[in-house]
Amino acid sequence: MTEPLSFEKSRPNVHAPRLPDAGVPGAEPRDLLPNELLRSEPPALPRLSEPEVMRHYSKLASMNYSISEQFYPLGSCTMKYNPVANEVAATLPGFASLHPYQDEDTVQGALELMWRLEQALCAVVGVDRVTLQPAAGAHGEWTALRMINAFHHSRGEARTEVLVPDSAHGTNPASAALSGFRVVEVASGLDGRISLADLESKLSSRVAALMLTNPNTLGLFERDILDIAELVHNTGAMLYYDGANLNAFMGVCRPGDMGFDAVHMNLHKTFTTPHGGGGPGAGPVGVKADLVPFLPTPTVERANGHLTLDFKRPQSIGRVRSFYGNFGMLVRAYTYIVAMGGDGLTQASMDAVLGANYLMKRVEGLLDVPHSGPCMHEFVASARNLAPHGIKALDVAKGLLERDFYAPTIYFPLVVPEAIMVEPTETESKPTLDAFADAIADIVKEAEENPEKLHHEPHSLPVGRLDEVATARAINAYLTGQSEDPILRWKPVPKEAC
Amino acid sequence: MLAAIGSDSMEGLLVDIPKALRIPRLELPDGLSEFETMAQVSALAARNKVFADRLTFRGGGVYRRFIPAAVAAVTSKPEFYTAYTPYQPEASQGTLQAIYEFQTLIAELTALDVANASLYDGATAVAEAAMMAHIHTGRNEVMVAGYVHPEYMDVLRAFSEARGIKVRKGSEPNAKTAALIFQQPDFLGLLVDAQDLTRRAHAAGALAIACVDPISLAILAPPGDYGADIAVGEGQQLGLSLSYGGPHVGFIACRKDLVRRLPGRLIGSSHDAEGRRGFVLTLTAREQHIRREKATSNICTNHSLCALAASVYMTYMGAEGMRQVAEVSFKRAHALADRLAALPGWDLAFPERPFLNEFPIRVPNGAVVNRKLARKGILGGLDVHRWFRELKGVLTFTCTEVNDPRAIDELVEAVSQ
Amino acid sequence: MAARLYTKSHEWLTVEGKNVTVGITDFAQSQLGDVVFLELPNPGRKLEAAESFGVVESVKAASDLYSPVTGRVSAVNDKLAAKPELINSDPYGDGWILKLELAGELPKDLMDEAAYKAFAESNA
Repeated sequence: MTEPLSFEKSRPNVHAPRLPDAGVPGAEPRDLLPNELLRSEPPALPRLSEPEVMRHYSKLASMNYSISEQFYPLGSCTMKYNPVANEVAATLPGFASLHPYQDEDTVQGALELMWRLEQALCAVVGVDRVTLQPAAGAHGEWTALRMINAFHHSRGEARTEVLVPDSAHGTNPASAALSGFRVVEVASGLDGRISLADLESKLSSRVAALMLTNPNTLGLFERDILDIAELVHNTGAMLYYDGANLNAFMGVCRPGDMGFDAVHMNLHKTFTTPHGGGGPGAGPVGVKADLVPFLPTPTVERANGHLTLDFKRPQSIGRVRSFYGNFGMLVRAYTYIVAMGGDGLTQASMDAVLGANYLMKRVEGLLDVPHSGPCMHEFVASARNLAPHGIKALDVAKGLLERDFYAPTIYFPLVVPEAIMVEPTETESKPTLDAFADAIADIVKEAEENPEKLHHEPHSLPVGRLDEVATARAINAYLTGQSEDPILRWKPVPKEAC
Repeated sequence: MLAAIGSDSMEGLLVDIPKALRIPRLELPDGLSEFETMAQVSALAARNKVFADRLTFRGGGVYRRFIPAAVAAVTSKPEFYTAYTPYQPEASQGTLQAIYEFQTLIAELTALDVANASLYDGATAVAEAAMMAHIHTGRNEVMVAGYVHPEYMDVLRAFSEARGIKVRKGSEPNAKTAALIFQQPDFLGLLVDAQDLTRRAHAAGALAIACVDPISLAILAPPGDYGADIAVGEGQQLGLSLSYGGPHVGFIACRKDLVRRLPGRLIGSSHDAEGRRGFVLTLTAREQHIRREKATSNICTNHSLCALAASVYMTYMGAEGMRQVAEVSFKRAHALADRLAALPGWDLAFPERPFLNEFPIRVPNGAVVNRKLARKGILGGLDVHRWFRELKGVLTFTCTEVNDPRAIDELVEAVSQ
Repeated sequence: MAARLYTKSHEWLTVEGKNVTVGITDFAQSQLGDVVFLELPNPGRKLEAAESFGVVESVKAASDLYSPVTGRVSAVNDKLAAKPELINSDPYGDGWILKLELAGELPKDLMDEAAYKAFAESNA
């Protein structure tokens, strides 16, 4: 069942909700403002009563899969369960009702929370300071690269290149390019581990940084990380850590000890702030001492139990977001860290590794698993063994949706054909992992016996597979003036004159 | 589980990690029960001073407004807040349709052709729009007219510096100018001549970027009507709490011919094999995961849940409700301005300039004024001298529908003492 | 009709005197999938050999287009704006992308059909 748009349900005679009268004397805007500043036609927003609004969005909610109802084994996305207490904490009036321009004396609790969160993140990743300002992981990457650029500049060096492995997340090269760097790819071997020989050949005095994630996108730990760090540092470049895979080793080892100079973290992955259907997240960046002078302003400082915001940082790269970042997300992550503690976070990573290895064992024999042997918190399988039946990774993904599981990440990393990247996370129980493996077994059986049926799944969801090509072409038709339908928004159909 | 894996211990799974890197323990306190956790977190919340809605007269880009209970009832549904980015459309129609409706609502409000699925905040929205103009025109400077929010300026400078773009102040664009950026109403609350600025931009072959207040668009001429090419803004006033500055939501809308330069996610309508309508992420080839270093922007997130709150707000209030909110705020702010300007030593900083619901006023001693107000539990005006040297002694006060007439009396009484 | 030549970036070209016609190969279109949009230069623009002159986009991928020769753009296939799918249905015919007026010599690294076939197979 699909749901009409709010615009289509709109009824012209619905009244606006009751609002207060002004209760003060004085003229209306139209009497005081020049006519050319005023709107001539009201915007065509829908008119619905409160029950209609509530039913509309309840219906939409029922058309979503979510971590509260389904298992989300999305590789590299760390879809953990989001504890309800986090939500309660963020909506406490003492946090939710603070104005960002209140005086420091009136927000000591908020600043203390930010300071403590910074300390905790420093401890987890092994760095000296953390900025909480970036709104998302990609924003954090960009912020870190701006700091690295400022660092080289401060030493009179103009380094213009950033090295990125060919297996990296797409945000890495995009962030590097938007920070003003030229992107140079470094080859990785078949196991996704970086090729030391290729790295050496690309390193030079032009290189500002190497961006790396560890474990790599195949879920394998970069065993040579200490050698990599030495190579990079010997040429005066810096080592940047993409924190997407931090959930693999909290309390076991730390990026800072591996030689990383800047580290971004995704609070919406590792620290359980909800994904919200695509945001808001938060992407704090931790740095070693060399980069501290370049942190965005303001930083939170603490002296004699009193907290202040420090805006006077002459070498700072400036401000990357308004105010102090996604504060509500910081409250959630802090709440999670307090509840888990050092022991709990360590256990979480252990359980994540255990679950991934167990699930990998169960999936082996059903799908190709190109890199057997222990994985970290995620593993990559391949649907290429189903190719003789005309079945692709996409079909496996859609088959999983039909069986009430969200689909793993597919077609990434690019180094594995028909890749299916699975990250179960520590919050999933053995029965859930078994049920998922059983669903894969069922899909493989269907692929062998009735591939045509699989091609048409899912069929018990509100819609079946959607024609994305037709959508893109229809937008093209609109943009080139061949069609009136914008596709990217609802547009009323003009009434025929009768 | 270890037996099934064929390993005798967890250590067997961690063999790839060099011994030298292993740490004995994570140096954080041990975990707590939910009860103890909440006690600790609540204690931090209690160390903050919360000003009552009706006694908050400070704005500066973040405003206290009435938030219908329906907003939280929708955004606290776990099917929305615990869903992932809608990469699997069949299992994400709720989120996708909600964002498609958001795109339509913003396009209607701004009177422009297309809006995206949202950005982080108003500041990054301004910066992203400037980058669009830079790519579209091939020009390397952007010009900012008037009192644009100082934090938006800071973010614009940080983004621009990274791409080798110069940011200039002024309202006389030239052949090097990619875009003329202005804010309506501006950071001080004053209305600018958006039509004239747009005309100047176009005369120089530059784009006009209007940074707008979404509530104001219920009564003010929308950017599409005066010919602006891109409209951006901060959506916090559409049903989001102050939350010490975030998370809020940025929006961006543009003319048809700029659609392919839009940063971030876009949702389009589609259909399945049975002809049922559905919604999908589209034009993704512009985005970082495909274009990598050639992407328009590196943005990967939209502030979906905040955009959902804004959609619920706009759908609940409707154009009529938003107009009433804007009018009530306008009248109360003007009543407050009249009474404050009548006090000895108090003068409107720009008496000839029209405003909506926020205004700058020169006071004898801003710090003393705000201390007096704080003693009465009132969050007073924002001291803007911090950002603008020429505005010494100027505070901006804001009024919305939550500041009732009695609250205005209390404020005036407190500063008169 | 002159024999088609090929580049390592999967463009094809035919050369008749100074007139060069350029498109993308059947292999390239099959790798991209359904093409939905092309960004192309205006006639009159001068291009160097191997210079990027535009982008071809499918739903899942985007690829830069490179000029196989040095020359000036003399014509662009206007039909592609409305019907980008011609790239898929007829890459060597109606799906041609642009015509160039050749300046100077042809680059030495262009491949003939057999060489390109071997090259494409090794990249598949």
